[in-house]
Amino acid sequence: MLVQQLINGLTLGSVYALIALGYTMVYGIIELINFAHGEIYMLGAYMGIVAFSVLTTLHLTAPNSGATLFLMMIAAMLFCGACGVTVERLAYRPLRNAPRLSPLISALGVSIFLQNFVMLAQGPRDKGFPHLFAHGGIDLFGSRISAIQIFIMVTSVLMMVGLQLLVRRTKIGKAMRATAQDKQMASLVGIDVDRIISVTFLIGSALAAVAGVMVGMYYGLINFFIGYIAGIKAFTAAVLGGIGSIPGAMLGGLLLGLIEALGAGYISSEYKDVFAFAILVLVLIFRPTGLLGSDISRRV
Amino acid sequence: MQDRSPSKRFLKRPLLRIVLASLWFGLLSLPLMIDLQSPHFGLVHPLMVSAAVALSGLLRLLASHWSGASRSWLERLLEASGSAIRRLDERLDRRLLYALALASAVLIPLGLNRYYIDVLTQVGIYITLALGLNIVVGLAGLLDLGYIAFYAVGAYSYGLLSTRVGLSFWEVLPVGALLAAIFGVLLGIPVLRLRGDYLAIVTLGFGEMIRITLNNWDSVTRGPNGIIGIARPKIWGFTFSKPIHYYYLIVAIVLLTIFVVDRLNRSRIGRAWTAMRDDEVAAEVMGIDLMKTKLLAFSLGATWAGLAGVFFAGKMTFISPESFTFFESVIILCMVVLGGMGSVPGVILGAALLVILPEGMRQFALYRMLIFGGAMVLMMVLRPQGLIASPRRAIGLRRKGPGRSAVVCGIQTR
Repeated sequence: MLVQQLINGLTLGSVYALIALGYTMVYGIIELINFAHGEIYMLGAYMGIVAFSVLTTLHLTAPNSGATLFLMMIAAMLFCGACGVTVERLAYRPLRNAPRLSPLISALGVSIFLQNFVMLAQGPRDKGFPHLFAHGGIDLFGSRISAIQIFIMVTSVLMMVGLQLLVRRTKIGKAMRATAQDKQMASLVGIDVDRIISVTFLIGSALAAVAGVMVGMYYGLINFFIGYIAGIKAFTAAVLGGIGSIPGAMLGGLLLGLIEALGAGYISSEYKDVFAFAILVLVLIFRPTGLLGSDISRRV
Repeated sequence: MQDRSPSKRFLKRPLLRIVLASLWFGLLSLPLMIDLQSPHFGLVHPLMVSAAVALSGLLRLLASHWSGASRSWLERLLEASGSAIRRLDERLDRRLLYALALASAVLIPLGLNRYYIDVLTQVGIYITLALGLNIVVGLAGLLDLGYIAFYAVGAYSYGLLSTRVGLSFWEVLPVGALLAAIFGVLLGIPVLRLRGDYLAIVTLGFGEMIRITLNNWDSVTRGPNGIIGIARPKIWGFTFSKPIHYYYLIVAIVLLTIFVVDRLNRSRIGRAWTAMRDDEVAAEVMGIDLMKTKLLAFSLGATWAGLAGVFFAGKMTFISPESFTFFESVIILCMVVLGGMGSVPGVILGAALLVILPEGMRQFALYRMLIFGGAMVLMMVLRPQGLIASPRRAIGLRRKGPGRSAVVCGIQTR
């Protein structure tokens, strides 16, 4: 029972971590809570279904093949990346020098717009996600890790390692770090800050897209509203780990997944969603910089 | 290439941009809108999106071409009407203006049928809510996304105290308002140390927590079934039963709200809120107790939601958690933002528009939230001060030009 809960928690947690990365990267660079990020994740899940139905209806790939899965992911990443960049360009960039409240309200507007756009275009009912995984799995200490859980954890780890390499080892990663530290100085040394911000949105959105497709496969059902709760939880994960810190988002995501699984298993599943909020409030009161964050709360 | 006429050069690049933008949005909406089962794969819809983008781009281009300035005609019209209203406001005797507004609010409904009176009552509830939220968001600059929770506190306090304890409407009215204010303080104490954007998320979470609790705490709130049979308000043996009775009751509540919020706005506290909104550090240096000022904003804002909630429960005689979703919070926020943050007439206009427009356009009911979301973004980008800007706010929110934003004398201004 305990091991099973831990496995479920880690699976959920790695998904939260992927979404939290988008929040934390955007916050690190432009100090904006991107409310629409949860919606990008939801778009990713929908794009997964659309890509699947296009691929199989046109007989481009076999329904159960790895190629289908791979192409679904790629399609969702491209689509969400494009959406994320567009959202930034339209709703956040014009407000970069506006008072703090303006981009927040604008972000909320984008989130509501995207939610309702998907509801109108794809219908308000739950959509079934195609089953791509056999029911196999590994038995471990009397509990079961299913194939899809392994897939989710492995993919998440790969994505995070890839992101770390990108941020630490490449030129664009260096530019991102520089921009996060000081936009003005970065632009003075020849970094195109607007472009770096776009790239950040692109990467964050692509990660959320991967999370969306994987969660769709895990639960088998998606609807236009899934981005809302997932967004809040991923944000909690980002705050828990220390917003602005990439390893923090990963750690926070995993921790939140574990806490939630254990809370749902041992305390009450009806109040499952309340745990995340309670953790958020507690972290913000006692350690607003999160577990790995640095003190940026009073920058004047 | 240098000898191209200026007008041609002017048109060419924007036109290219419009074509590219329309293609881009068509492409973005394509995956979500195609339907492999229908004829032409449902390609009509993405094309419509493309056309809409192109059309709005062309309209903006034409508007800026005609006006010659970068400001669009719409912006000018709004500005002109806003300043005209303000001038009228200054020149007319205020008491006369108020008397006229009051007379029309009292007399007009006498000639209307039940349906219109119901809609107007709805407008009244939302004006009260929006003015209350205006204190928190518009004046104090704290983004509260769980405001509906205080409305729920008011409604459930009347629902429970009426059905279980047997208290009357008039007894619960102040109690509900007070309870909401207490909840405002309770929520405020832990979260008000946080910066604005954290506050937004935590208040959102708080709103959801209240709703989930109402939904699951069956023994007290009867869960999703809600509370039925709430007593109607009575006064000296007269029972409120017809829509028009409730209408006059909400008019009285709205008048009280307008009066108090207007007084608060002009008071010492109101100025402290505005100072805090514009710059917390500077306000603190000037001797404003941030914690106290924020808590006051939260509790005074919540009070109105509590009042409106008690009224709502008394009018409907039935309440359930469904009435208190996140979307209600968003709609009220929309009213404040569209009308003009911090501006009392603006917020009233915003509330009236956002209740009456959807009623008038029932066939577009599905598109309501889509339009609200889009309007919030457009409003922030094009006209952050709202339809009727508050005089004080209009100065602060005008967008800074590119030259002014970055560095002044080597000191970062933000």
